[in-house]
Amino acid sequence: MDFDGLVAQCREILEEHPWQEIQRWKEKTGGKAAGYFPVYSPLELIYGNGMLPVGLMGGGNKTEIERADSYFGSFVCSIVKSTTELALRGELQLLDGIFFHSICDAARNLCYVFKRNFSSDRFIEYIHFPQNPSSPSAVDYLISELKRIRHVLEEANGRRMSEESFKQSIHAYNENRALIQRLYKIKAESPHLLSTAEAYQLIRVGSALPPEEHSSMLRTALEEIPKRRVRPRDKIRVILEGSFCEQPPVELLEALDEAGCYIIDDDLLLGRRWFEREVPLDGDPIRALAESYIDRSRYSSVSHDWRRPRSERLVERARQAQATAVVFCIAKFCEPALLDYPLFKDALEREGIPHVMLEFEEKMWTFDKLRTEIETFAESILFD
Amino acid sequence: MDTQSTEKKVHSQYQGKIHQMQKALMARWMAELEQAAENHEPTACLLVAGSNLSMLLRCLGIHQVYPELNALQLAIRKQSLPYIQIAEERGYSTDVCSYVKADVGAFFAGNVSSLGTKLPQPTLVLSCFSGCNVYIKWFEHIAAYTGAPLYVIDVPFIRSGNDPCPEDIDYVVSQLKEVIGICEKMTGRKLDYDELRERLAYAREVERLWLEIKELTKNIPSPYDDYFDCITLMGPMVAFRGTREGVEFFQTAKKEFEERVRLKIGPLPEEKFRIVVESAPPYPYFRTFRDLFSKWGACAVGATYTTPQPPDFLHDPERPLESLAEYPIRIFTNRGLDQRYDLLRRYVTERSADALIIHSVKSCRLFSVGHGDMREYFSKNLGIPTLMLESDLEDPRYFSEAQMKNRVDAFFEVLEHKKYIAGKAQAITEA
Repeated sequence: MDFDGLVAQCREILEEHPWQEIQRWKEKTGGKAAGYFPVYSPLELIYGNGMLPVGLMGGGNKTEIERADSYFGSFVCSIVKSTTELALRGELQLLDGIFFHSICDAARNLCYVFKRNFSSDRFIEYIHFPQNPSSPSAVDYLISELKRIRHVLEEANGRRMSEESFKQSIHAYNENRALIQRLYKIKAESPHLLSTAEAYQLIRVGSALPPEEHSSMLRTALEEIPKRRVRPRDKIRVILEGSFCEQPPVELLEALDEAGCYIIDDDLLLGRRWFEREVPLDGDPIRALAESYIDRSRYSSVSHDWRRPRSERLVERARQAQATAVVFCIAKFCEPALLDYPLFKDALEREGIPHVMLEFEEKMWTFDKLRTEIETFAESILFD
Repeated sequence: MDTQSTEKKVHSQYQGKIHQMQKALMARWMAELEQAAENHEPTACLLVAGSNLSMLLRCLGIHQVYPELNALQLAIRKQSLPYIQIAEERGYSTDVCSYVKADVGAFFAGNVSSLGTKLPQPTLVLSCFSGCNVYIKWFEHIAAYTGAPLYVIDVPFIRSGNDPCPEDIDYVVSQLKEVIGICEKMTGRKLDYDELRERLAYAREVERLWLEIKELTKNIPSPYDDYFDCITLMGPMVAFRGTREGVEFFQTAKKEFEERVRLKIGPLPEEKFRIVVESAPPYPYFRTFRDLFSKWGACAVGATYTTPQPPDFLHDPERPLESLAEYPIRIFTNRGLDQRYDLLRRYVTERSADALIIHSVKSCRLFSVGHGDMREYFSKNLGIPTLMLESDLEDPRYFSEAQMKNRVDAFFEVLEHKKYIAGKAQAITEA
């Protein structure tokens, strides 16, 4: 299959039948499936237990919110409402459990709304990730939390996870992250060969697939990309910041591209490339996972590391990517991203890096105004 | 015209001895802070949820400022909007917590309190966030703007059940030891554990009195309003928990309330309805909001917001660090919605309330996300009349008085009718 065919296949799976893939996997293996809300979830543990991790990435711009509005106030982000809407419609029936994490107050309360309304035939579990990684006790705490999650999964599965299976799972996700990283390398070195919308769909399809199957698709993509005949264009190199949880519509990513931006780096689907390096396979796997989280995570507005302030890391990321500008692409009502913005903005201004801010919602469907805004921004830099 | 003037007269006039004591205590505290600012004495920024750490800080000679209390005071004195706008000009979204914005704005306007007194610059920013993820960011911003070192005590959320895991407590204790190290280095003083035990003993007494005072709202009429009046009691609770003055204040308060119980005096001329309130009040319209309920003879007999003391916990001088660690874990903001529902349900049933009022504030998603679900649970599953209102705790732009009044009036009209019918039915049965 050529590259365009592969992307079209991903788009079709994502838009038309993501649940068929999960159904197919469950029938084939007889295994259970566990959903996970953004951003990072310990997929290594879920898959190591023989369960299929399924990313809950919101309802997209085709899900009409009919009933979920009444559960929340008017000032709550789209993904919280659309995830509830999917559950109310019975679209999450294939999930035998769902994980939520300590990313923000809205996602945390959503977990408890799910516990009350949708836990009769599945487990709903909340994971508290450490917010003080500078404390020497954070690793031990996280080990205890991951052990608790392991226990939840083993109870749900009715059997213990072997160390071998856990290590195989860590290996599968190490490999998967390395392949995703190769896509990002292409984006940085030859951005005309791979647009962000394309890369995004190739990665996102992994939310519904086991890692080995997804990795095999990525390998095909990586073989096909160099064969593409696309000419470089005169665009500005930007990095995208702020879309780590709720995902912008693919059309928005396409509009940014058309408006004159090569998106060199972004934080879309951040959980799928959470670790900057491989999770070590020697030694105790739970400890390896905990230490990777504490010491080798990417920065994000939902995890706080006082050793290296996020605004410094944003500047560093922009410099490394040789980006000319930063585009903030933030979900409406997303408090972690909106509250990080003033400090990010101050840091970029101190460094003389231009930036622009866009707010999006899942249900967005017109992009003309946004395209014009970005075109003006890109032109002001190109013709400066 | 006549109706309006009658409406104005019907509100609480209760001013007891404790109100004078509270004012004196808080004034003294503000004066101490002003002096600390002048003399550049060591000062830590602290959050109300982690206010029990004031005991630790007092032992080490470190003053405490509470940005939250300052934001609250700015709102109640109707000064918050210009500061919110200063923050918005700096890039803070209209959709983020306005407590943060008022505080940031006030900092850039010269770091003054609502009384015009100078607040000390922090020498340590100590965040103990207890379930509020915004507090992590808020204190990170304070540290960035002031240049003071930041320490965030990570408080693991109670994920399920009523109690934290032992590992959670160990984790917080380890972090407290790190904080003690930092403070000792900062002040050149060693923590005196005997003094800490003494302060914890005062705290235990304050907390015991507090819980006894809260139980008095079971009486009919309730001797005080557990929402509007109890907010007055929260100042001394936060600032004077581990002190002799704190114990004296709450002893006096308890005596005063017990006397009112004996005399059957409530805060209103007549207690017609008993309500339980969820979430924070609209501070910029505090009085207006109170009057909406007083007019109907509605007295609060329970509220989540005025539950700074977990009913299942007291500090223990024999376990100083462990109990200091347990408090911010056990406070209700650090527990799931299921436990908040349970707390509210107990308030409604144990204190014979007629209705639940949910005030959903835009700023605070910790409180408000899921309020629709809460309303459904209370009204449909439990059959408790429930009213949901929306505004904000700090930003006056989200308060619509006419709309609020319409909703409150309509709710109590129906409730009054129901009570009337129920009363008649009972009379017939008895006859």
